[in-house]
Amino acid sequence: MLNNPVALNIVRFVLLVLAQVLIFNHLNFLGFINPMVYIIFLYWYPIRENRALFMLTAFFLGFVIDMFSDSMALHAVSTLTIAYARPVIMRFCFGVNYEFQTFSFKNTTRLQRVTFMAFLVVAHHFVFFSLEILSLSHILLLLKKLLMTSFLTLFLCLLLSSLFKVQSE
Amino acid sequence: MQQIINFILRYRNAVLYLFLLFIGLALTIRSHSYHQSKFFNSSKWVTGNFYELSNGISSYFGLREENIRLADENTRLNNLLFNQKEEALETIDSLDLKYKVIRGRVIKNSYASPKNYITINLGRKDGVQQDMGVITNLGILGIIENTSKNYSTVQSILNSRSNINAKIKNSNYFGSLVWDGDRYDEIQLVDIPRLVPLVVGDTIVTGGMSSIFPENIPIGTIKKYDLNTSQSFYDIDVALFNDMANIDNIYVIENVDREEILNLESKTENAQ
Repeated sequence: MLNNPVALNIVRFVLLVLAQVLIFNHLNFLGFINPMVYIIFLYWYPIRENRALFMLTAFFLGFVIDMFSDSMALHAVSTLTIAYARPVIMRFCFGVNYEFQTFSFKNTTRLQRVTFMAFLVVAHHFVFFSLEILSLSHILLLLKKLLMTSFLTLFLCLLLSSLFKVQSE
Repeated sequence: MQQIINFILRYRNAVLYLFLLFIGLALTIRSHSYHQSKFFNSSKWVTGNFYELSNGISSYFGLREENIRLADENTRLNNLLFNQKEEALETIDSLDLKYKVIRGRVIKNSYASPKNYITINLGRKDGVQQDMGVITNLGILGIIENTSKNYSTVQSILNSRSNINAKIKNSNYFGSLVWDGDRYDEIQLVDIPRLVPLVVGDTIVTGGMSSIFPENIPIGTIKKYDLNTSQSFYDIDVALFNDMANIDNIYVIENVDREEILNLESKTENAQ
């Protein structure tokens, strides 16, 4: 069943929402760090797919998380933004190779993949926290949250991505 | 016309992005200005039941601790009761009570974001309505924000939009209780004039100016105080009695006269 990409993505979607809502939203590491690991859905999502569908899925994913965590549409907006920006980030991280049909994660270096993930995480968290705090007088709080949460999210996402390897694209 | 359609087709992804972004920002900013989103919050059927289920499992792990806490509260209340004068007991009649208390449980807690909401297992069918106060045995917790049939969300005092009337217990000077979003065990009391004598460790309780909370519900103690930038008011850091990270049993307080008070106030304002 999991060979079907649609079914695979639906299963991922549900499991990531459950993990985020039940575990990671209540982690409160050091009192304020709640990593947002569901971003890894966008990292795993097939590369050559309909972009419009991809953005709609990302928006919906964020929105479901929002409903559970009472955060208006913050997750939805930030996830949508990185979904829209993903091709640009990929071109930056993987170079022109990314344009070819034969491109897959297998022929990239580990460093490239980590950079890609880091860009996704930082862009997402930047949009999220600036909208959440929405005030210039709290810029230090914003930076503190951005830095610490990005670091932990990136760490957990890298762990997850090496635990569940994507076989082929 | 042809060119416009071509243009939209060529940039359809950007158009879709802007469209969805607009929806998201509208939902976010509209609720920034006033209340939490009315339709999408965790008091709804799916999310409420989901949290109820997961809380039903996880709450088993803290049962012993929670029992001790409740027994402690009973001891304290019994102490008050047995040392009360006789006449005072006889006057308690359920018909002329000014406040009604409903007991409930937290099924989802949050304290790490600048706008925290708590979900509880009481809803409209239990008589809970918007703007009722929520307390624990140690002190205040927040105000009811949205209700569904079986669940409600509470705007925690750890919410940058929260603004509660509070006073210093021994001197009765009152100010507003706000949160700067930094630490979950500390909130700020502002608008206390500089001539008020303050001591670190003084108790802060709710004031009588609000129609939501009864007077004298404990909040916390003064941890640190400074004059604010205008040098005429104090900014006071208050250490909370409640451990906001560990809350289980709560009480919702209904002020029976609230409707009457609000009606009177709006009438007075309109008459001016």
